[in-house]
Amino acid sequence: MSQPIANPIEQLQQRVNADEKLVWRGRYVDTVFWVETGDSDWLIRVAEGRIVSVKRGPLAMPSWRFALRAPRDAWDTFWLPLPPSGFHDLLAMAKRRVLRIEGDLHPFMANLLYFKGVMAAPRPRDAAEGAAR
Amino acid sequence: MTANFEPITGRYLRIDLLGKPHRVYVEEAGQGIPLLCLHTAASDTRQFRGLMNDPRILEHFRVIAFDLPWHGKSSPPAGWQNTEYRLTTRDYVDMILTMSDALRLDRPVAMGCSIGGRMALHLALDHPERFRAIIGLQAGAHVDPYYDLSWLHRPDVHGGEVSAGVVSGLMGPRSPEAERWETLWHYMQGGPGVFKGDLYFYTIDGDMRGRLGDIDTRRCPLYLLSGEYDYSCTPEDTLDAARRIAGAQAKIMKGLGHFPMSEDPRGFINYLLPVLDRIRGA
Repeated sequence: MSQPIANPIEQLQQRVNADEKLVWRGRYVDTVFWVETGDSDWLIRVAEGRIVSVKRGPLAMPSWRFALRAPRDAWDTFWLPLPPSGFHDLLAMAKRRVLRIEGDLHPFMANLLYFKGVMAAPRPRDAAEGAAR
Repeated sequence: MTANFEPITGRYLRIDLLGKPHRVYVEEAGQGIPLLCLHTAASDTRQFRGLMNDPRILEHFRVIAFDLPWHGKSSPPAGWQNTEYRLTTRDYVDMILTMSDALRLDRPVAMGCSIGGRMALHLALDHPERFRAIIGLQAGAHVDPYYDLSWLHRPDVHGGEVSAGVVSGLMGPRSPEAERWETLWHYMQGGPGVFKGDLYFYTIDGDMRGRLGDIDTRRCPLYLLSGEYDYSCTPEDTLDAARRIAGAQAKIMKGLGHFPMSEDPRGFINYLLPVLDRIRGA
């Protein structure tokens, strides 16, 4: 029996890389970003739109371009099949001040639809297709 | 093969706006009470394609929309390359009233969304005698910026892509996919700096806080419709405005977002029809 997934972000690499349209949208993205989910930190490396690695913290001296920081319950709500209003989109959570978006935001803003899609990728597959991307 | 023209006709109007010659794109459909529609920031009249194709509306209303200068198929004024576009309350009001006069609209119903919804509140306050009713979609007194607007206009970020990215989550996640992406396409087509320039009105110059209580709905009825998923002008913002305006009637539209008429025309029209029936006294 396989281990239950403790954090949906652990599915990020498989889900994103299996989505060819999303990978194509991010084909010029080569960066490293940081995600805080309250219970842990995650260093995510992207090359040509594919997720190369998702490393769980704590890490010694991690380097990254930008960070997305929100409590675990906010991410869990964001990753519901049909999230409620205010938790359905990264900028919606930023407006509610539950998500902090920090660092060198150029790769994030230049590829905003891509990163919205990446972070929504762990949502269950029967979620509204393309929602909030 | 099937090929059908829609009932919409579009024309270019040569007109002086703000003291300068302009070429403004205007489209309309239907007949009856004029219904003047104001599009959102950085978009254009295509947002009202659903209304202009719905026979239930066209039977009683002449639906008219124009692209603001710099938007859609309306050109910016000559010399635009040497200016930074910035929409002000005064200019926006002036253009709407001038266009309404030029089109010889007799006390139209005004309906605007987002920046148009904010403008609806300004029109209700300062020009109620010019309109038989006003409908504000996604209308609130003020919106604080929740991201750095400078990202919308810089050469090293594609303006269309980032604009679409900024607004994508403002729509209801269950709104029809094709209509959502049509709505985003309009944003992807906006000219450089236009979205940012429109947001000068939305976030700074058009602030209505402290003035809503002066709107007199006995002079012009005011209806407010807002989508549930809008985090720019939230349902709470609209309900707060309605509480401050005696006689204003507000309704929150389930499942819809910031672009109701464009992201889900069918769903939106179900909310709009009862309002239009009341306006025409049906």
